[in-house]
Amino acid sequence: MSIAHRVTGTGLYLGTVLIAAWLVAAASGPVAFDTAQAIAGSFIGRLALFLYSFSLIHHMVGGLRHFVWDLGHGYDPDTRMKLAKFSVVVSASLTVLVWIVALVLR
Amino acid sequence: MLSNSSMRTPLGRVRGLGSAKSGTGHFWLQRVTAVSNLVLAIIFIGVVIALAGRPYPAAIALLANPCVAILMLLFILSACIHMRLGMQVIIEDYVHAEFPKILAVMGNTFFAIAVGAASVYAVLKLSFGG
Repeated sequence: MSIAHRVTGTGLYLGTVLIAAWLVAAASGPVAFDTAQAIAGSFIGRLALFLYSFSLIHHMVGGLRHFVWDLGHGYDPDTRMKLAKFSVVVSASLTVLVWIVALVLR
Repeated sequence: MLSNSSMRTPLGRVRGLGSAKSGTGHFWLQRVTAVSNLVLAIIFIGVVIALAGRPYPAAIALLANPCVAILMLLFILSACIHMRLGMQVIIEDYVHAEFPKILAVMGNTFFAIAVGAASVYAVLKLSFGG
């Protein structure tokens, strides 16, 4: 789980290039924005967005575990296992929920 | 070591030593930005959902809204500080040779600032009337 936090963190780190590019495209005008939207809406774009949203949510939920540890709790093996399972289940569920909301609203 | 002739306190003697040079400051800023990221990233996800499928003028109007723009700027700042600190820890854990490590840590700083500057520029340009 510790390595998962690093992997998702690194993914988020590299993905900021795409977010920055998308924001710059929005600021550049309608043609650049439509191109960026088309790329984001393609299969590869959707896949990247899905992985990015999962990484973000997983990293956030994993970060909550670190807050628990920072406050001096949850160091015993049983709690650590529960926290690990909790973070996987919750982050996967939240990611699916976010996508359902996004697809319903659009 | 702990001679009475020194006027320096024990804390003053050790401050700035150790492999990380400024470990507690790094650790604390990582936690502060983790807390702010938690709030701001949830807002960011909300904004992205609200933007999904919007045509250009509506998308621009949302991003140019002062409240949205200020929250996006705060998120960019908080996220860039957090990701620079996090990547620095990863580099320090895996890159042990001194010169490559310095280059990687420096490149990490350049990357975070470049991404942050581009994003801030874009949000401000949208806000101030593109």
